[in-house]
Amino acid sequence: MLTADEFDVILLSLKVALVSVVFSLPLALACAFLLARSSFPGKTFFDAVVHLPLVLPPVVIGYALLLLFGRQGVIGALLHDWLGITLAFRWTGAALAAAVMGFPLMVRSMRLSIEAVPARLEAAARTLGASRWRAFYSITLPLAMPGIAVGVLLAFARSLGEFGATITFVSNIPGETQTLPLAIYGLTQSPGGDAAILRLCAISVAVSIAALTGSEWINRRARLARKAEAG
Amino acid sequence: MIELDFEKRFSERRQTLPAHVDELDDARAQAVDAVTASLRSDARVLALFGRSGSGKSTVINIIAGLVRADRGRVVVDGETWFDSDGRINVPVERRGVGYVFQDGLLFPHLTVEQNLRYGAARKPAVQRATPGIPFEQVCDLLGVRPLLPRAATTLSGGEKQRVAIGRALLSQPRLLLMDEPLASLDTPRRSEILRLIERVRDEFGVRIVYVSHSIGEVSRLADDVVVMNAGHAIACASTEEIFNRNDLRPYTGRFEGGALIEAVAVRRDEGYYLTTYGFEGGELVAPGVDTPVGTRVRLRIRARDVALAIERPQGLSIRNVLAGRVSAIDNRGGAIVEVHVSLLAKDSSAARELLSRISRQALDEMRLEVGQPVFALIKAIAFDKRSMGFTA
Repeated sequence: MLTADEFDVILLSLKVALVSVVFSLPLALACAFLLARSSFPGKTFFDAVVHLPLVLPPVVIGYALLLLFGRQGVIGALLHDWLGITLAFRWTGAALAAAVMGFPLMVRSMRLSIEAVPARLEAAARTLGASRWRAFYSITLPLAMPGIAVGVLLAFARSLGEFGATITFVSNIPGETQTLPLAIYGLTQSPGGDAAILRLCAISVAVSIAALTGSEWINRRARLARKAEAG
Repeated sequence: MIELDFEKRFSERRQTLPAHVDELDDARAQAVDAVTASLRSDARVLALFGRSGSGKSTVINIIAGLVRADRGRVVVDGETWFDSDGRINVPVERRGVGYVFQDGLLFPHLTVEQNLRYGAARKPAVQRATPGIPFEQVCDLLGVRPLLPRAATTLSGGEKQRVAIGRALLSQPRLLLMDEPLASLDTPRRSEILRLIERVRDEFGVRIVYVSHSIGEVSRLADDVVVMNAGHAIACASTEEIFNRNDLRPYTGRFEGGALIEAVAVRRDEGYYLTTYGFEGGELVAPGVDTPVGTRVRLRIRARDVALAIERPQGLSIRNVLAGRVSAIDNRGGAIVEVHVSLLAKDSSAARELLSRISRQALDEMRLEVGQPVFALIKAIAFDKRSMGFTA
C-alpha cells in the first residue's frame, strides 16, 4: 500500500513533530505561567514576540532561523563550535522550525487554562506550607492539565503541517528534512506522482483529524468535569 | 502576642506585585484608600470586627503574608514576619499560619483526605515545638471521617467548611486565621460550625484571628476585639469593653445595641429546666440545663429585651430583676430612647452596664433622670443558645 519511501516520510514527520513538541513544552509552560500569573515591565512586548510566528509569513521565520541558527549564524556557529550540534539542513533543524511555529498555539492554550485556575487556590496552598513551586505543580498544573494537553496536541498537529519555515531553513532533503508537506510539494513538481500525492494527503488529513478530535475530546471531558463541579 | 503596626495604601495604578496577590484584595477591600492598624493583643481569639469593606480581610492577609504592607511591622509571638525597616518579609509558607477562607477553597482535584493532608508536608522547621495536632483527633472532632474518600467538589457548604478548618489545623499552625468562615453558610450550619470553632479553640489551644461582621459570632468567640472602620483599626480591647463602650456604639451598635456580661453558671434547676448565672451585680436565670455548674459563659443582653421599673415590681412573670442606677440617657427625640443602667455591684470598679431601649413616652412618664435608682427587667427567654458563648 505504502512504499518504503513514503513510510520513511511519515516516520520522519512524526519524529520531527514529536521532538519539536517535547522540547518546546517546558519553555511554553514557563511562558504561559509568566503571562498568566505575573506582571512585569515589557509584558506586552513579550506577549507580542511569543505570538509573532502566528502572524508572520512562515518564510520570514525560516529565514530568521537560517540567519540565527545557520552554520554562519550567531547561535548556529556557537552550537557548532562548542557542542558540535548542527541544525541547518538537518532533521533537528526541521524540528526547531516546527517548534517555533507551533509555540504560540501551545502557549495560548496553556495560558488560558492557567488563568482559569483561581489564583486564590495557590494562595491557599501556600498558607498550608507549600512553596511557590509546589503550589504550581500540585495545584495549578493538574487543574490546568486539559488546556495543556490541548496546547500540546494543537502544536503537534501544526508541526506535522509545517512547510514554509522548514523549507526555507533546512531545505527539502529526502531522508533528512523531507517531512510530509515537503514530500507532497516535491511530488507536485514532477509529473506522474498523482497517486502518491493523494495517498500522502489522505494520511495527512487522517493524522490532523485524529489530533483535532483528541483535543476536542479532552476539552469536552474538562467541560463536563467543570459542570459536575459546579452542580 | 500579636503586634501589628502597618500601613497599606491602594493606588489606582496597578501595583507591580504579582497579579495573584492583587486578586486577593477583592473589590470590597479596594473600597478604602488605605488600611492601617496599630495594635497588640495576647488574646487566644482576636476578632477583627467591622462592616464589609472596612479592611478586615486586608489586615488578615497582611498577617498571612498574602498581601504586603507598604510600611510597618508584623510580629507574632516575638517573631518578626514583616518589617519594612529591617527589610524582613517571611514568605507565606514559612509563617506557619493556617488560613480558613470564606468559601473554603478546597482543592477541587483532590479527595477530602488529600486536602486534609496537604499541609502535613510543611517543613518541620516551622512546626511548633509542642506536640502536633493529630490527624485522627481532628477527623473525629470535625466529624469528617465519613467524608475522607469523597471528592472535594461533592461536599455541601457546611462539609466544605469543616474540611477547610481541618486542613488548616493539620498544617500545624501557630496562628489560625479565619476570614468570615460562616458567611457562605445557612443559619443551622453557622451555629454548628461556630460550636466546632469553640471546640477547636479549647481542645487544640491554637491562637485564632477571626474576621467577622457578625456581632453574635464575635461576642461568642473573641477574647479581644479590633474594631475596623474605613480601613483603620480604631480600637482594640477586651470583647466586654468593646461592646460596652459608648464611644464605639456607632460601630458596634449598628446591628443591635446591647450589653455583654461574663457570668458563671452557679445553679441548675432540673425541675424547671433553668440555669442561674452569677456575675458582679447579680444573677440571671436562663432556660436550659445543659451548661455544667462552674462553666464561664458570656451573655449578650439586647437593649430591646430590657425593661425598666422605678420600684421592685411584684407579681411579675419576669425572672430577672437587677437593681441599678441610670447612668446616661440617650434621647434623640424619636419614639425610642436608650437608657444606660449601671448595675449595683459589690465591687464598684467592676460595675456592669446594661442598655435598655424604651419609648420616649415611658421615659417622660417615669421621669427618669441620670443617677436615679431603677430596676432592670429581663425576660429569661431573652437568652437563647445563640446569645450565649462559652468561654473555658
